[in-house]
Amino acid sequence: MRRLGAGDRTMVVTIYAMLLLLAFTTFYPFWNALVISFNEGKDTALGGVTFWPRAWTWDNYETVFKDDRLLQAFFVSVLRTIVGTFMSILATAVFAYGMTKKELIGRKYYMIMCIVTIYFGGGLIPTYLLIRGLGLMDSFWVFIIPSLISVWNMIIFRTFFNGLPEGLQESAKIDGCGDWGTFFRIVLPLSGPVIATLSLFTAVAHWNDWFVPSIYINKEYLIPIQTLLRQILNSNIATENLSQIDAAAAAALGRFRTITSRSLSMAIMMVATLPIVCVYPFVQRYFVKGVLIGSLKE
Amino acid sequence: MTQLTIQTKKNSSAGAGIVIRIIRQWQMQLMVLPALALIFVFNYLPMYGVLTAFKDYNLIKGFNASPWVGFKHFEAFFESPDFLKVMRNTLVISGLKFFIGFPAPIVLALMLNEVRHRFFKRFVQSVSYLPYFISWVIVAGFISSMLSIDNGSVNILLQKLKLIDEPLSFLSMPQYFWTILITANIWKDIGFNSIVFLAAIAGIDQTMYEAAEVDGASKFKQMFLITLPSIMPVVIIFMILAIGNLLNAGFEDILLLAKNPILWNVSDVLDTYVFRIGIENLRYSFATAIGLFRAVISVALLVFANLIARRYGSSLW
Repeated sequence: MRRLGAGDRTMVVTIYAMLLLLAFTTFYPFWNALVISFNEGKDTALGGVTFWPRAWTWDNYETVFKDDRLLQAFFVSVLRTIVGTFMSILATAVFAYGMTKKELIGRKYYMIMCIVTIYFGGGLIPTYLLIRGLGLMDSFWVFIIPSLISVWNMIIFRTFFNGLPEGLQESAKIDGCGDWGTFFRIVLPLSGPVIATLSLFTAVAHWNDWFVPSIYINKEYLIPIQTLLRQILNSNIATENLSQIDAAAAAALGRFRTITSRSLSMAIMMVATLPIVCVYPFVQRYFVKGVLIGSLKE
Repeated sequence: MTQLTIQTKKNSSAGAGIVIRIIRQWQMQLMVLPALALIFVFNYLPMYGVLTAFKDYNLIKGFNASPWVGFKHFEAFFESPDFLKVMRNTLVISGLKFFIGFPAPIVLALMLNEVRHRFFKRFVQSVSYLPYFISWVIVAGFISSMLSIDNGSVNILLQKLKLIDEPLSFLSMPQYFWTILITANIWKDIGFNSIVFLAAIAGIDQTMYEAAEVDGASKFKQMFLITLPSIMPVVIIFMILAIGNLLNAGFEDILLLAKNPILWNVSDVLDTYVFRIGIENLRYSFATAIGLFRAVISVALLVFANLIARRYGSSLW
């Protein structure tokens, strides 16, 4: 490569500096929240806690893991993520496979019916009234059923299935496999990458969803962690106290006099982020691929 | 069994009635019909439910027994003082997102393309993708912690730089809301949205750069004369999609960041207003009317965007 001129060198240095700044500003809020979550709340309130904990403590996390409501909320989140992702991916993949069949009667109309939903919808209130009317309020299934079929994922699956070698499915048919048999024995085992990619995005959406439960769920034991976290953060603003925390945690609070609502919120936020940060390095290559599959369709 | 059906179908499809043909391929139909039924229930029934906008919906009476009122709710919305405020906020916020939030990932992709150290590039990419996967609840939590009047890092920094004397409560000051909202959106999405542009850059013919080097073009010139024009088709497609989304000023981000009612004057956009009026104040018909108004304009924008797209040789449908 040619040596860079003076102007180019300035540009490259500026770019490196700006990218470093971007990486820093992206990373810092995570780091600072982590630091505060490991710092004594009373000490944080004195100010100046930025890059490193000053008064190290596990108290915040201990309180979090003693609170029954929080544990229950974690359980709901984990359950809905696993059940929701599994069922949605399976149902959507079956649907997509059926839609790849050229001899499927009505395929053209079915496809139009799907595409229309990408551009038009009833909006928030009609959907809300429908789900109320269906009796899905305060039911675990409100997390699963309305989002079971994703038209967008169906199109991505269909594109992938169309790219599979025709001969394999033909030979399965000759060996006496029905459509369902071919799907489960031949097509599904060959679809690892696309299943991984779409499962990742579906799981993240389930884990991060706070809105659906906030309007459809009133029962406390069905509230997932993101929604509970929102309630707790909101109550901090309003009252600056820990009225949201239940008796067991309050007892723990009595013991750990160092905790404040802010330090506790940070600990909850860290626990709610942890699953995503943990799987993130392993799935990076999948989501880059996923974005590109998705954008090809556009 | 299926083998047989296929054989017979080929022989007799011309004469057999459509019902019989559908029954013969029941396995296939069974794959798609349940899914289509769900799509019908959760996507098409709400479209019918839009008629709520022309009724005085009453939860106890239900949809059918509620009386028709024509355009009453639309008129009420257009005449209400909130109308201009909500429209202004929607257009300003989505405009800011379009003019600042849309180019940001392109700039990032162009900058990443100049990085020659693979490790550094991968590092910046990995870090910048991460916020996309974090929920808005947590992002809003980070932001209120960063901006907290009570020793938030931003206040500490600004005080150290002597830019402010006293810590400010940024999230209760309407004049800062739009800045905070746009910054938060860029912070969350810039890395992830750059992926598509980086892929477009990766597809550029490398010989063009070699030719430019021979001709003595600087890196800076190459960026503007080769890289940017080469990814223009992708940029234009995404720009058109963004035009179709112009009334989509945001929802989760605004709901979560504008907790303080002081901010509602600058934070209420069509979608959040529908939410507050409909779900929180239980004025279902009024809220549905506003939602329908928004949907009609969105469809018009989409058709308009597609007309432009056709001129560039690509259409959304």
